[in-house]
Formats: sequence, C-alpha cells, structure tokens
Amino acid sequence: MTLLGLLEREPSHGYDLKRDYDTFFSRGKSLPFGQVYATLGRLVRDGKIVVGEIEPGVGPERKRYVITDRGATEFESWLTEPVQAEPNLQTVLFTKVVLALMLDRPAEEYLDTQRATHLRRMKELTDIKRGGNLVDVMLADHGLFHLEADLHWIDTTAARLDALRTVVKG
Amino acid sequence: MKAIEARDVALSFGETPALRGASISVAPGEIVAIMGPSGSGKSTLLHCLAGILVPDAGEIHFDGHRIDTLSEQQRSILRRDQFGFVFQFGQLVPELTAEENVALPLLLGGVKRAAALNQARPWFERLGLGGLEGRRSGELSGGQAQRVALARGLVARPGALFADEPTGALDSLTGEQVMDLLVASAREQGTTVVLVTHEARVAAYADRQVIVRDGKVNALVHS
Repeated sequence: MTLLGLLEREPSHGYDLKRDYDTFFSRGKSLPFGQVYATLGRLVRDGKIVVGEIEPGVGPERKRYVITDRGATEFESWLTEPVQAEPNLQTVLFTKVVLALMLDRPAEEYLDTQRATHLRRMKELTDIKRGGNLVDVMLADHGLFHLEADLHWIDTTAARLDALRTVVKG
Repeated sequence: MKAIEARDVALSFGETPALRGASISVAPGEIVAIMGPSGSGKSTLLHCLAGILVPDAGEIHFDGHRIDTLSEQQRSILRRDQFGFVFQFGQLVPELTAEENVALPLLLGGVKRAAALNQARPWFERLGLGGLEGRRSGELSGGQAQRVALARGLVARPGALFADEPTGALDSLTGEQVMDLLVASAREQGTTVVLVTHEARVAAYADRQVIVRDGKVNALVHS
C-alpha cells in the first residue's frame, strides 16, 4: 500500500520508488529491489497500476508506473480508514502478571524488570531522536509514546498488585 | 569515584517517614534520573543530596566530603558555590530581568555586576533566547522561563545540577527542548546532574534511572 501511495503522488520508476521508500519508511532496513518489482508486478496484475511510457537508454529499459483509478480508490479507502485501535487487553505481560500472582511468584519483580527494559528502549529511542533528522524524531516519538503508555500501565498495575492478588487467588 | 553519594539516609516529617534507608551514588559527569510515584520520597532525596534538607540518619557526601554534618551556613555556601538548581516552575525573581536572573548566582558569589552580566549573556544565544535578555519573567513563555532557569542553574559552572521536575509545567515538545538543552549543556561543562521526574520520557534523557519506592532507592536492573 505504501508503494501505491508513492505512485499516487506521481508516476515513478521502480528505482525511485525504492529510494523514496528507503528514505521515509524503511529505517535502516532497505527494501530489496526484488520485493519492489514483485509488488509492482502484483499491482499491475490486479489492475491497480499500469506500465506507462518506457524510457529507452543504456542498460535495461526503464518502466514508469502509473496508478489507475482503481488503485487510487483503494489507496484512498486505506488512507481514510482509521487503524484499528487495539485495546491490548490480553498482552503477554498481563498474562504473566496474573499467572505470577496465581502461582505466588514475584509479580512485582517481573514488572520491575519490564520497566527497566522499557526504559532502556526509551533511552535508545531518545538517543536516536537527539542525533536524528525529523523523520527519525517522529518515528522515535511514536515508539516513545507507546512505551510510555505501557509504563503507565506497569506503574498502575504495580500499585494494584495486592488488590489483584486477592481477585486472582479468590 | 563518586561525585554524590547518599548512604542509608532516613528522614521523617513528624511521624511520617519520607526516606527509610535510601542509598544512591552518582559518578562525576553522570546524569541520573530519580523516578517514583507521588509521595515516594524522590524530591526529599533530591533535597537531601543538595544539602537543602538534613537527614535524621545516614550520610550525604559530595565530592568526597560529608555534607550532612555541615552547619546551615556552610551548606548554604556549598549550595551557592557548588550547586545549581532548576525547579518545576522556574522560580525566577520577577523584579529582575532575564539576564539579571541568569547572573544571580554569580552576583551572590561576589562577582561584580558587569562581569556577571557578561558571563550570563552568552547563555541566551546558546539556549535560543537571543533578544529576551531584558524581559522580566512575566513576559516570558513557560518554556523560555525554564530555559532562563536552566541558564541560571549552570552559569556558575556548578559541580552538580539538581533539577526537580524541570519539565513538569511544560508541554511535551517544549519539555523536550529544555531537556535537550539541559543534557547538552551539562555534558559540555561536565556537570553532574540529578534529576527528579515522574515522566519516563524525561528520564530517558538520563544516563541512568533509579526508582524511589517507599523511601528506598531501587536501582533499575536492565535485562
């Protein structure tokens, strides 16, 4: 869908699409050319893009891909549909806490370890932000806010462990 | 080598214990964040480390010297000469201009007014406050006032900077700018920083985080 969105901007060659994808979306994990052309082939097959003018030159011919009305409609629909808000009520961590309480294991220690792991990752992301460009900053922020939300849950759960133990143990 | 150390510190306010055997050590130039729930004792610990409060039991050391046994006057001199402070609401002196506020620790330390202001002025460019030197605190935004407070905390090149919720009154973006500047400036000067915050995103700027819970310090063990 990302490649479709890049083509909605303007007709492009596969090379340009890969370059723009790597610049804005890959974050250190470059998109292989093979995957770019496989995806473009699939989009052509499904009628979402077509091959426009072919530019002759030294080496292989360069195909310029153009989005179709069908592709544009599908992209628009994807873009405007909100991402599912996942309540994450059954996270692994939640399961661990409940099981730890059931089994008289040190739930608070598990939460402390998780808190430390979250904070370490937050520090890594903060370091990325401090040395990065705006794209890095925004991506790191996304991770930081999610980790922070998890930490709020960890802190609140730690404060409620005694009450939760009563509920779990019956 | 430790710049700051608390050993088994206890302090009660009346019948209410705030610290119950808290221990922490901070290396020279290190930036440590003290986190913890409300009422856990984290600000009380900061005030003990900074020589503002005297513990009922335990020891506080700065730069190899015990400071909790010093007289009130000696601690006051220590704070003036060796420590910088940043608080949640800036606490600038409203009657003074921004540059006079920044120069204040130098003036209190006996530096002549012209020299103190000369030392204060470069901080305005450094912290993105150029042109605001003559404003009073009421004419500054929250973020600007906090950057002035940061400059005031660091202008005398203190051995340690104590920051109590330095971004607590700011929105997250402005708070991050203040933290960015705090970390960069402290690193540049080699200043040891002890920071109290309840915000994990702020604590993530520190080299190390510890949690105060029920008046004791829990070092976070990174797995």
